[in-house]
Amino acid sequence: MSILEIIGGVLLVIGSSFLFLGGLGIYRMPDTYNRLQAGTKATTLGGMSLVLGVGFLEPAWIWKALIIIIFIAYSNPISSHALARANYRRGHYPFIKSKDKENMDAYQEVVPHTKNKEDKL
Amino acid sequence: MQSLTLNQKLGRFIVNWVFLFLVWLMFTSTLFWQEVLVGAVLSMLISLASIRLFTCCTLSIFNPVKIFWMVWYFFVFLKLLVVANLDVARRVISPSLPINPGIVKFKTKLTTNYSKMVLANSITLTPGTLSVDVIGDTFYIHWIDVETTDPEEAFKIIAEPFEKVLLKIF
Amino acid sequence: MIYIIYYSLALMALGMIFSAIRFVQGPTAADRTVAMDTLTTIGVAALVLLGYMFKRFIYVDVALIYAVLGFIGVIVIARYLEGAL
Repeated sequence: MSILEIIGGVLLVIGSSFLFLGGLGIYRMPDTYNRLQAGTKATTLGGMSLVLGVGFLEPAWIWKALIIIIFIAYSNPISSHALARANYRRGHYPFIKSKDKENMDAYQEVVPHTKNKEDKL
Repeated sequence: MQSLTLNQKLGRFIVNWVFLFLVWLMFTSTLFWQEVLVGAVLSMLISLASIRLFTCCTLSIFNPVKIFWMVWYFFVFLKLLVVANLDVARRVISPSLPINPGIVKFKTKLTTNYSKMVLANSITLTPGTLSVDVIGDTFYIHWIDVETTDPEEAFKIIAEPFEKVLLKIF
Repeated sequence: MIYIIYYSLALMALGMIFSAIRFVQGPTAADRTVAMDTLTTIGVAALVLLGYMFKRFIYVDVALIYAVLGFIGVIVIARYLEGAL
């Protein structure tokens, strides 16, 4: 085994572990925002390191792998931001655990909470 | 949208051309001269058509000092990305789900739209934070484990390491 | 080497199963979209890995296009949910 194969194998293991953790986080977290946090971060690093690992294993593919990596790093935060904003404006407010419920949600000064929200999707 | 001077237009055009051409070279991953020629012509046409859309930066981006800070930013970002993932992994695996979510806000000193976008994207990928909205210079951040609701303190914890470097680039 | 690939594919399949459960039972549309986004990213990684396993370069191109289309789909759904479309 060459050194490139060892690096690639380690990156594959790390990447797939984080992808699995992303899926588990999506399943376990209590509300949409926390799911976005777990899903975005874990799958971004997981996908990046797995694709980079394949790039190490097959050095001719490294340029296209780099394009996929850049695209994942660029697009995942944008889509999670768009989803979080849309979810808030839709009337689904974040799950808040602590007692101090008023101060924990600073965004309500922009989008005021509506009292009787109808049953939206 | 304000009208651009010829100098700005030329700067944006050249920056876009260079970046699009690099992307083309990565896509084809060959240096065969016909491919390179087609890529050069096509990326020139696209960057001509999209001078107003891609408003990233002008020629000053090729300044070596700025390039050094960009590489530095990349390493800062990479370190925080790994920390963020270990943090998320710890939270997801532990059975009691140790979270205390909430939304905090803070103000930034950055002015251009592009730098604010880079900051928001970086915040999304760093430990426990997700940018919900940016209005003017105010960031609204969903924080998975709120340590403080005071804007100044939140800025110090969340955005300071990035903003210090970003102010030197843009 | 082949065992590392099998291990990675098995872990990714588990992750996909968890996010598929969220996709089916997620109470709001945004939850389902988050699950779909995660499925897309895991799918892109799995396509690249399968391409390496079968030695087919074309899989990488397919993965790239899949990533682009998934991103556009999520943005469109988000705009629709926000009421701007």
